[in-house]
Formats: sequence, structure tokens, C-alpha cells
Amino acid sequence: MNYETIIGLEIHVQLNTRSKTFCSCSTRYGERPNSHTCPVCLGLPGALPVLNEEVLRKGVTAGIALGCDIAENSVFAWKNYFYPDLPKAYQISQFEFPLNKNGYVLIEDENGREKKIDLTRAHLEEDAGKLIHDEVPKGPSKVDYNRCGVPLLEIVTEPDIRTPEEAYRFLSAVKEILQYTGVSECNMEKGELRVDVNISIRQEGEERFGVKQEIKNMNSFANVKRALEYEIKRQTKILRSGGVLSQETRLFNTNKNATVSMRAKEEAHDYRYFPDPDLVPVVIKSDFIDEIRQKLPELPEARRARFIARYGLTAYDSEILCSSYRIANYFEEACENFSNPKKIANWILSEVMRVLKEEKIEIDQCKVTPQMLRELFDLMEGGTISGKIAKEVFDNMVSTGKSAALIVEEKGLRQVSDRGEIDIVVNDVLIENEKVVSDYRAGKKSAFGYLVGQVMKKTEGKANPKLVNEMLKEKIEK
Amino acid sequence: MGLNDLSIEKLRDLLKKKEISVMDIVRDIEAGIAQDDKHELPLNAYINFDINRIKKEAGDLIGNSGKIENTLLKGVPIAIKDLINVIHTPTTCGSNILKNYVSPYDATAITLLKKNGGVPSGKLNMDEFAMGSSNENSYFGAVRNPHDRSKIPGGSSGGPASAVAGNLAVAALGTDTGGSIRQPASMCGVFGIKPTYGRVSRYGLVAYASSFDQIGPITKTVMDGALLLEAVSGYDPKDSTSANVETPVFSDYVGKSIGDLTIGIPDEYFGEGLDDEVRTIVEQGISTLKEAGTGVKRIKLSYTKYAIATYYIIATAEASSNLARFDGIRYGTRYVKTEDLETLYKENRSIGFGDEVKRRILLGTFTLSSGYYDAYYLKAQKARTLIREDFTQAFDEVDIIVTPVSPIPAWDLGQMVDDPLQMYLSDIYTVPVNLAGLPAASVNCGKTSGGLPVGLQLIANHFNESDIFRTASVVEGKVG
Repeated sequence: MNYETIIGLEIHVQLNTRSKTFCSCSTRYGERPNSHTCPVCLGLPGALPVLNEEVLRKGVTAGIALGCDIAENSVFAWKNYFYPDLPKAYQISQFEFPLNKNGYVLIEDENGREKKIDLTRAHLEEDAGKLIHDEVPKGPSKVDYNRCGVPLLEIVTEPDIRTPEEAYRFLSAVKEILQYTGVSECNMEKGELRVDVNISIRQEGEERFGVKQEIKNMNSFANVKRALEYEIKRQTKILRSGGVLSQETRLFNTNKNATVSMRAKEEAHDYRYFPDPDLVPVVIKSDFIDEIRQKLPELPEARRARFIARYGLTAYDSEILCSSYRIANYFEEACENFSNPKKIANWILSEVMRVLKEEKIEIDQCKVTPQMLRELFDLMEGGTISGKIAKEVFDNMVSTGKSAALIVEEKGLRQVSDRGEIDIVVNDVLIENEKVVSDYRAGKKSAFGYLVGQVMKKTEGKANPKLVNEMLKEKIEK
Repeated sequence: MGLNDLSIEKLRDLLKKKEISVMDIVRDIEAGIAQDDKHELPLNAYINFDINRIKKEAGDLIGNSGKIENTLLKGVPIAIKDLINVIHTPTTCGSNILKNYVSPYDATAITLLKKNGGVPSGKLNMDEFAMGSSNENSYFGAVRNPHDRSKIPGGSSGGPASAVAGNLAVAALGTDTGGSIRQPASMCGVFGIKPTYGRVSRYGLVAYASSFDQIGPITKTVMDGALLLEAVSGYDPKDSTSANVETPVFSDYVGKSIGDLTIGIPDEYFGEGLDDEVRTIVEQGISTLKEAGTGVKRIKLSYTKYAIATYYIIATAEASSNLARFDGIRYGTRYVKTEDLETLYKENRSIGFGDEVKRRILLGTFTLSSGYYDAYYLKAQKARTLIREDFTQAFDEVDIIVTPVSPIPAWDLGQMVDDPLQMYLSDIYTVPVNLAGLPAASVNCGKTSGGLPVGLQLIANHFNESDIFRTASVVEGKVG
């Protein structure tokens, strides 16, 4: 008997506004606990929320990029539950009337076919604070409300996903879109993107859905995939052995590489949603949407296509460059008006990516800015340094942050193009390698490369390779 | 006779002429309170009267501007119902759970009050979290009616009404969610007005039912009500429900002719349950207005009979969420030491809240629960719309709707504490106004044979408080 997996996702993504959703406190991450709080985000008696327009703008931007219908009228609602990280004991969210509805994201399925994943909604809400347990062993738990009130977009899919790999690809696509449109950094280490998963299994051909299991709060796409793979095995095994599943909320334990039960359905919350009486309905005029639509940055798909057409890159190279909008931006800044963008693309794909991997940094943390990389290429193109030296210079730039010109100057790496100077070295090499020369003359053409290498070695790689070739050839073929 | 017996209008004049100082008034109030405390049955109108704190506020006001004589209120002390936040002052909301809570900020109404030369002077007793119609639900004890100390002062702004009527305050800021300004004003024989929803910012007012709550004045005279409302009104970007409308000079309307107005008398407000003496007094009030030249029309407000149910469903739903934050974790009193989170919530809230508050939280939690939401909350919202439309239609025909405030005058302390439903029903004439967000006032209209004051309710269309002030001053002129 074959089983089919049905997967739906809920993604919470932090919108990168400077201030919180309903007050003017900063959203900065990693600050002293409770240093970015005020009566509003602490839920002090009497304080009232006021919607930050920037949150709405980013929410609409995301909605457009995700192909949603933007609601002319949307309503905030109170989601009631008790927990110490939630100071008002309700979260301001959206329920019946979300900001964005009916979107979609395109992915490539495992058979290489385009697949449309429908989105039910993408609504705005505020984040809760953060509990800190066991700062001192057996000590009291503490709460940091700096994150409390930070804006979130909750994206909910239809149950359109069928495999863990599709879930992974969908999440990657969503992340790319959100990063490209500048609404979120999606930094998963900082918890800026969290995923809840709904998964059920049914017999192939069955119309009804199986019993739904929810796996909450995962902050890595790889974990989402692993959790789903685990759940498929677990649920299939139960069903095959004639067992029955009960609806549960589960957590993924990364150490055990398994999901564990958190609570049963009977223990599920009744959130008692109702419209927020402190906030008026959000009315969005069509000019507001038009304005955002016009300013909408290029989306990943369009950019990939443009890279191929405009810079002559391969589909593969442009896919990798565009997988991060920052790397794509880096590339475009570096190759502005440069005659050979492909060369720069190759350099980024090999050298720059290597550095990022080695140093475990993001591209905007790399000491070599796009402008600095471009200067390095200008030195190469102008013949000041050779490609080989350029690699050495680049490594030096990465570690010191100095400009290419300065490093070339300091280390005396300027390429030697003086015929007289090269002539002396060429003569030395010929004298020292008489046998090699005669081998060459006897027809062993590979000996030529050895001789070039010797000249380069003697000049510490600084001799202009083109000249060296030319002059050597002239001498030994005479 | 002390300065505490005088009106804002009078004191403003004396302050302007520099015949008295701000602290002269404060000291007379302090003496009045001290004297009342010695009474066999004290009014118990204040929860907190910190003379040093008031001195500091007065000092700031005089020191800061140097132009206090150019302000509207010129330094007159104003007492504040204890659920409006005043910086560095306790805000208890009449509750055990907040008995030690000190606010770190001023409500916008207080900021405006200070800007206009008012000195926040003491925090007044009230029903816990403004839930009640008799001021017997305060953790700090019941408040008495100065006209008859065996009677309730009304609620939930019992402290403000009792203090103003008993000359323990010059004037006060109260709040009105379902009648909490008008009903005690009526029972204590003072003037009280609930402004249009959105006229006064709610920022810093501890919420009971957000879509109803409004701050408003309780004063000795109509003129004082106009002056104080002027001082605290205005658009506030910190309150999304605040209205961006001009504040009229309300005091200009006090004493103006009402010959151009038509008053409406709704049948539904004069039916069963209305005390005969109250009816007679209210009818006399209507005659007074007729004599002053108003037209009179009988009108229908057909959905009035659903008002109590509608109000108690929506208000308690909002309250159940608004009061959920009081858990003793971040502020307020923590009564138990436990490692179990659920125990902490249960114990703190069980000990911290009084019975009426618990009753309303349970009621609201129930009506919002899954499976009941449509039958209660949603239906109540529909009824609310119908009640609002009732008024909209009525105001096509009339300018001011005139009704009783309470079907009965002040009752005995303890008389209804065990019958909450009966107490809810006594709000029948005041809650429709809150459901519709309209402005309405209670102006004293006479006394019963037992010497208990009876107020006349004047209801106007949205943002039309000016007509209320005109009309109220006519009644005041007649009754005195």
C-alpha cells in the first residue's frame, strides 16, 4: 500500500523595520536585555498601540512579491494566551481579515517541472519577548522584552507540498524573495525566520486528509527537511502496523534527529480571537499599492534571466550568484562598466566564495568591497599585475583590508614589462638550462613551459608573461 | 468655608488676581479630607492624596511656564480617578493586584491638563477597574454619598462624584464606560459629561472596555465641566481611536440660548422600572427646557431593550483580554512563591482580583470562546450597530435627547451587592450612549423627598458637546 504525504507550512519572518510594530522602540538585535522597551511594548496599564507605517509598507511589499491580493481593509485581532514572554497576555495579530491573501510561489519539483505552491495568507503580527532559563543553575527564569513587538509576517501555505525536498525548495524560494524585496534579512541564526510544519499522510487515492501533526518552531531549512523525513517514516510505520495517529503538536529535537510530542490536540489553545478595539481597521488605497509596486525591486527569477542576457553568464553561474541578493548586488557593483563581466563573475564564484566559506562570513562582512575588487581587475587589465599575482594580492586584501594598488606598491608586485630587464633573466635561464633548450630544439615542445616557469620564478612572478613567452620563443627558435 | 468649596471658575479668578496661591487651595482640600476622615462615616473618596507629590506638580507648573496666568485653569487642583496614569503616582485601579503599582508615565489627558494649568491632586476611589455601579467594588473600601452617607455615591466614578459633591475636590476627571461618569454625577448632584468617543485620548487610561472607555470631567458646575473638558480634549497620535477634530471653546456655549434646539424624548426611557419620583423630576427638567424655547418631539429608540445584554457581552469580552495582563509577573503584587507557571497565574489572579472583576472576566472569556463567539460576541456587535443606527435616525429629527440617568436614586450601601444582575439592569439608560459612542451629560435636576439628587441625561450627536453645555446650563440655572 502506498502513502502520500501532505505538507503545509507556516513561516514567521521578521520584517526589517527600524522601530517596532506599534511603538517607536528600536528593533536592534543583541542589545542589553530590556533596553529597547517602553510602556507600549511592555504592555503597561493604559498604553496603546499605533501602527508603524513602515511595517505596513513592508507587509504590502512582501504581499506583492508573493503574488497576493492586498486587502483594501484588514483588521488586527487579539490572540489571547498566557505566557510570560507576552506582556499583554494577547498578541496583536490578524485573523479574519489578513493584509495579504491568495498568493503563490513557483518552485521546481524533483522531476524538474515547475510547481506552484499556493499561499493562503501572509498577515502581520507582533513578536513576543524571549525567555532566558537557567542563566544561573536552578536560578529564576528571566524575560527579555527587546524582541517584544518586533514586526513579523506570517506566511501560510495551502497543503500543496508533497515532499521534504519540495518544502526545502519552497522555503529557499520564499527566503530569496523576501531578501530581494528588502523586507527581511531572513537571518536564521537571529531567529528572523522560523518555520512551523503541518504534515499528514494518507493512502494514495484517498480524498480526505490524514491526521495532521504540527511540528513547531524550526529555524533551519535542513532541520525542516530532516523533521519531515522523520515524520513520514514515523507516521507510515504506525499506519502500516494498523495503528491510529492522534493530532499532536511536536518539536524537532536536533540531537536525536527526531520529533517529540509537545501537546495533544485536547490541550490546544482556544485563542479567543476578536478584533483589536485599540486599532482602527487598516485601509489601503490603491495609490499606496501602486507606489510600492513601482518601486518593487527585481525578483530573483527576473534577475537570473537578466544576468544571463546582459552579462553572458551561464544559467548555472547566474543561479549561484543570484541565490543571494547580496552576492548578486556585489557582482553588479564590481562589474559596472567593466569590459569583461564574466571574468569578475568567475572570480566571485571561485575566489570570493572560497573566502566566505573559509572565514564563515557573509559577503557584506568581507573586507574586499566590490569597488576594491574592481580596482584589482583594473590593475590586471592595465597590465600592472598578472593574474597570478592578482590572486596573491587578493588574499592579502582579504586579510588586511588594504587596497590592491597599495599592496602592489608596498610589496613591489608591479609587473615587469621592461624588455631589457626580462632579457637579462631570459639569458640567465637559457645558460642555466642548456639541456632543456636542446630538448626543445629536438622537438620536446613541453620543455618551453618549463623555461617560462623558470623566468617567472626568477622574477617572483612579476615578469609580464606575454613578453616572456615572446622573448623566449624569439631566442630559442633563432 | 474653604477654597475647596469653590468652583474652577471662581478659583481661576482668584488665582488670576493673585489673591490666593495654588497651594492655598491644596491645603484647604487637605484640611477638608482630614476633617472628613474624622467623620463617623467618612466618604472615603480618595485612594491616595500625597501632599508632597501635589506640591511637586504645582511647583513644576509654576516654575516651568512662568506663565501660569495665561493657562486655562491657572493652577486649579484637579483630582483624578485612580485608573488614569499620573507619573510617579500610584495607579491602583481600586484593585488589590495593583495596590503597589506606580506609573512611570502620564496619560495624555494628564499631560494636557498640566499644559492647561491644572494640577493633578490626588487619586480617587472607584469600583475595581471601573466595574460597578455603586463603588462598593473597591479594594480600598466603599465610597459614601455626601447627600446621605448611608447611600452609595454611584459608580464606577464614585470617588470623583463624592469628592466633588462633598467639597473634597474642586473638580475631578472620571471615566465612563457604561455610565460611570453620569450615574454617580446624577446620584451625587454634580455635573458630569462623557465626551464623544475619540474626543479625549485614552492613552494612559487603564482599559476596561476599549471601545467604550472615555475620560471626562465631574464638576460642581456646568461651566467647570466645559473648562475642564476643553483642557483635556484634543487629537493624540498615541491613540489610534482619537479623533482629529478641533476642540470647540465649550465655555463659550454655557448660558447661550437654546431656542433653536429640538429635544427628543424617547419612550423607551420612561417605561417600566422608572421610579415615580425620578420620573417627576425628569419631567420637570423637560418642562424647564420647553420654557426656554426648545421644540419637543417624542422619538423611538427601539433597540434600547437589547442595550444591557449587548453592552455586557462586548464590554466583558474586551475586559477579559484587557485585564489578562495583570498577572503579578512584571508589576503589581505577586502573592505566591512557586515554580509552577500555571499556579503563579491562578493564585495571583485569584487573590488579586475582586469578585465583580472575576465575574466579568469569566463572562467575557466565555462569550469569546470557540463555539460561542458567533452566538454572543458577533451577535452583540450587530446589535450594537442597530442601536447606533437608532440614534443616527433620532438625530435627524432632534438635537438633544433628554432622559433620566438612572431609573432609581442612590440606594443603600449593601442593598444590591448580592444581586449583580439587578445592578447591571440599573445601567439601562446610560449604556446605549456608550454603545453608540455619543456624548452625554448628567446635570442635576432636583432632589427626591428623601433629599437625594436626580440628574437629567442630555445626549447629543457625535462631537456636539457644545449643545449639551448650552442645554445643561439652562437646567442648572433653573435648579440652582
